[in-house]
Amino acid sequence: MSVAVFVRRVLAALLVMFLVSLLTFFLGRMVPGDPAEILAGDGASAETIAGIRSSLGLDRPILVQYGDWLYGATHGDLGVSLFSGQPVADSISTAAPPTLSVSLLALVIAVAVGVSAGAVAGLNQGRWLDRVISGLSGVGIAIPGFWLAMVLISILTISNPWLPATGYEPLSAGIGPWLSHIIIPALALGLAAAAELARHTRGCVADVLDRPYIVAARARGASGFWLVRKHVLRNAAIPVVTVVGLQFGRLLGGVVVVEAVCGVPGLGTLATSAVLESDYPMIQAYVLLCAVVIVLVNLLTDVAYAVINPKLRAA
Amino acid sequence: MTEISPSSTPTPGPAGTASAGALTPASQRPPSVTRQVLRRPASLVAGGFLLLLVVLAVAAPWLAPYDPNAQHLADKLAGPSGAHPLGTDEFGRDVLSRMIYACRVSMSAPFISVGVACVIGVPLGLWAAFRGGAVDAVTGRIADTLLSLPGFVCALAIVAVLGPSLVNAMVAVGLAYSPGLFRIVRGATLSVVEEEFVDSARSVGASTPRILGVHVLPNIAAPLTVQVSLLMGLSLILEAGMSFLGLGVRAPTASWGTMLRSAYENQWEAPMAVLPAGVAMVLTVLAFNTMGDAIRDALGARGRR
Amino acid sequence: MSTPTMLARPAHRAEATPLLSVQGLTIDLEAGTTQRGLVEDLSFDLAEGTSLALIGESGCGKTLTSRAVLGLLPRHLKVSGGSVMFEGRDLVRASEQELRQVRGASIGMVFQEPMSCLDPTMTIGDQIGESRRLHLGENRRTARKAAQALLDRVGIPHADRRVRSYPHELSGGMQQRAMIAAAIACSPKLLIADEPTTALDVTIQAEILDLLRELREDLRLAVLLVTHDLGVVADFCDEVVVMYAGHAAERSTVERVIGSPAHPYTRALHASTPSGASARTYLEVIEGRVPAAGSFPAGCRFEPRCPHATAACLQPQPEVELPGGHRTRCGRVAAGELTLGEEA
Repeated sequence: MSVAVFVRRVLAALLVMFLVSLLTFFLGRMVPGDPAEILAGDGASAETIAGIRSSLGLDRPILVQYGDWLYGATHGDLGVSLFSGQPVADSISTAAPPTLSVSLLALVIAVAVGVSAGAVAGLNQGRWLDRVISGLSGVGIAIPGFWLAMVLISILTISNPWLPATGYEPLSAGIGPWLSHIIIPALALGLAAAAELARHTRGCVADVLDRPYIVAARARGASGFWLVRKHVLRNAAIPVVTVVGLQFGRLLGGVVVVEAVCGVPGLGTLATSAVLESDYPMIQAYVLLCAVVIVLVNLLTDVAYAVINPKLRAA
Repeated sequence: MTEISPSSTPTPGPAGTASAGALTPASQRPPSVTRQVLRRPASLVAGGFLLLLVVLAVAAPWLAPYDPNAQHLADKLAGPSGAHPLGTDEFGRDVLSRMIYACRVSMSAPFISVGVACVIGVPLGLWAAFRGGAVDAVTGRIADTLLSLPGFVCALAIVAVLGPSLVNAMVAVGLAYSPGLFRIVRGATLSVVEEEFVDSARSVGASTPRILGVHVLPNIAAPLTVQVSLLMGLSLILEAGMSFLGLGVRAPTASWGTMLRSAYENQWEAPMAVLPAGVAMVLTVLAFNTMGDAIRDALGARGRR
Repeated sequence: MSTPTMLARPAHRAEATPLLSVQGLTIDLEAGTTQRGLVEDLSFDLAEGTSLALIGESGCGKTLTSRAVLGLLPRHLKVSGGSVMFEGRDLVRASEQELRQVRGASIGMVFQEPMSCLDPTMTIGDQIGESRRLHLGENRRTARKAAQALLDRVGIPHADRRVRSYPHELSGGMQQRAMIAAAIACSPKLLIADEPTTALDVTIQAEILDLLRELREDLRLAVLLVTHDLGVVADFCDEVVVMYAGHAAERSTVERVIGSPAHPYTRALHASTPSGASARTYLEVIEGRVPAAGSFPAGCRFEPRCPHATAACLQPQPEVELPGGHRTRCGRVAAGELTLGEEA
């Protein structure tokens, strides 16, 4: 895409991130509970509370507080957890790798399984292969990821102890342990998302197959693998790429419950306890982080889309 | 360029379109949406299933064999048996009865969420499409901002503010889905508004509410209905997730989410206990999706304006 | 319209086997029982180096026929009878493998809307060279060089640059030239052109037709032209098959069909073309509509609209050969009851 268009996209993304930060900040402030009281603990005196309040900057005008928070956020300071007293940024950086590992592996599984199954279905429309895949993906869309995780645990862990049931091992502990811990949550999330991707890919491939340029290519002698590789996949990839970006967003939502089921100490677990404890700095940080990640992913998708589609590549 | 005189141009149509047209040459109109939907066996089954769930929900006190909260402590975590066809949970409560009562929560939850989403999304979508200009730009930006968050995360954040309870969770889910619905209603309305018949309606002095009611709404009913049926299934899953985490329905109320939670907590002792509530959920979402597909196909077969 | 000026062309009699011979072609809808005979019992021959037009209104089956030759019918349609003989092989009964060897190699095809018939994600150089890579085993670079030469041949300027262009960067006329280049890339013997100029501006149409004429001369191409434009037929083709509702209403050389039509439909067609009418008369319109695919009459398909119809026309009308090789499906003309002479 041309530089001008790219710059415009980036600016739009920044605008959205700014709006999200506004939204997140004020949302956080709407969470009930006085943070100063909570931090001070039971039985603290009024002066202690007031002291904490001013040290947190809660006595300053709200817009100034927003500015402070935003400034802090862009510099890695996301406040202090009301629950643990620890800096939020620290908790997040500890919790991020497990969530990222699970989410990214889930995305890989979703794309690998979903897109290929969908492509196969689309190329074999009406035949039994298509019926089976379409049927499976129709059911798969109705399956919640976290329930699938529970079922997988029952089968793969409890009934037959092939995999560890819960917990997380970082990559530094070795690929084997790392993988054996994240494979169940990633499979659960990934397969659930794969169903949606398969459906969409099938539609895109079927749509491309009906296009006149495919008939024209066949009239030149193209068929089989050549036709699929050179004409079908490239054109079907365009709409599929956009959906992959969207799916990642939904994965980030689904991972929260899956983490709870699989005992993965990630961002989702952090967020859940934050909500239960009204720990608003944590909630703010978590929501902001999600939004930033998704906006970036969308931007990446736009770029990828422009790369694949020659119509958008012109300077 | 010499042209042959125009005449009607029938082109061979795709085979297998479900159409009664072949039998009634006089009538060209395809059968009504309801009839088309009811004609499919899949949607009959799905619709019947949903109806069954509603009946179970309404008539729970008469249909459930036990009180859902009654504890039969001698029979904790028992497998299926004559007295308890689906077994018991860790408190000895009959799973079947809890499942039946759970229909109340799990069937009303999607309605609340979708209701909230519609109440916010539909009027705003119509308004933005009609007014255009600054209104459209501002609402569009807000919707984009909200859409940059996953639905579940949105719902989490809202529950953090409102406090955990079933209604709050459902309102949260509804709010989370309203930007998506807004977008769809706005898009559908725009494509209708651009059609000439709205201009001609306006030119003869039709007022905006009348245009909305007579011209716009019937035309956006199509994508709206499809989206609503999809959202029903999605809300169900979200509600279950929230209740599972303890952010929605609270124990001891029976909902599929809380039942999954108790099954999860006792997974080592009774690994198969995760099945009943999960299967029920999957079937319900499947039913909603099937209805949505059938409606979409029926509306598609009628062609566009 | 005055008698068309035809370039003197030696008469191609069918002493040698025709290059393409379609016999009794019948195309049906695969599953349904109501839509049969979308094309029924169609026959025509095309000799090497000659041009034959399939002319008719939308829905008469001419495009289906052109697709059927290469086995490119849409999924729900199939050839249920007849044969398409090409170079000693029946293409209807050929396997997909055999058809693949013919497509793009000995038979090339050009389509109606060049914009939608070119893959938007592939350079036109690659698309033009595609058949060379598939049939002649050339690698990408060699094929691209050949593509460049072909682009030059079809009159696209700056061929060296254009080879790397994408379809959307070309105008409609240039896209069609590119499609023609792709179709003749392997020097086929037969070119099927399905309404190659319909989607183009009038000025471009003439250019494309000129190009086709040139190529026909240089490559000794046989051309099967599908069109609804009588003017093009008169200008370009040797023989013509007039199609109506899936049937060949009449077929013969262009001079005979235009000069002394043997079917009421052809006669009506003529009268309804603007250049066929004289000044200050009403443009004649054929009353009625083309029958829908599911409801073809059992007898002559034109009977409901024919001003000369009698009760006998309700019977099935087979194709009859008149003296001189002129074939018609009009029973009355065949029996000599009806003469449709030159138009006024």
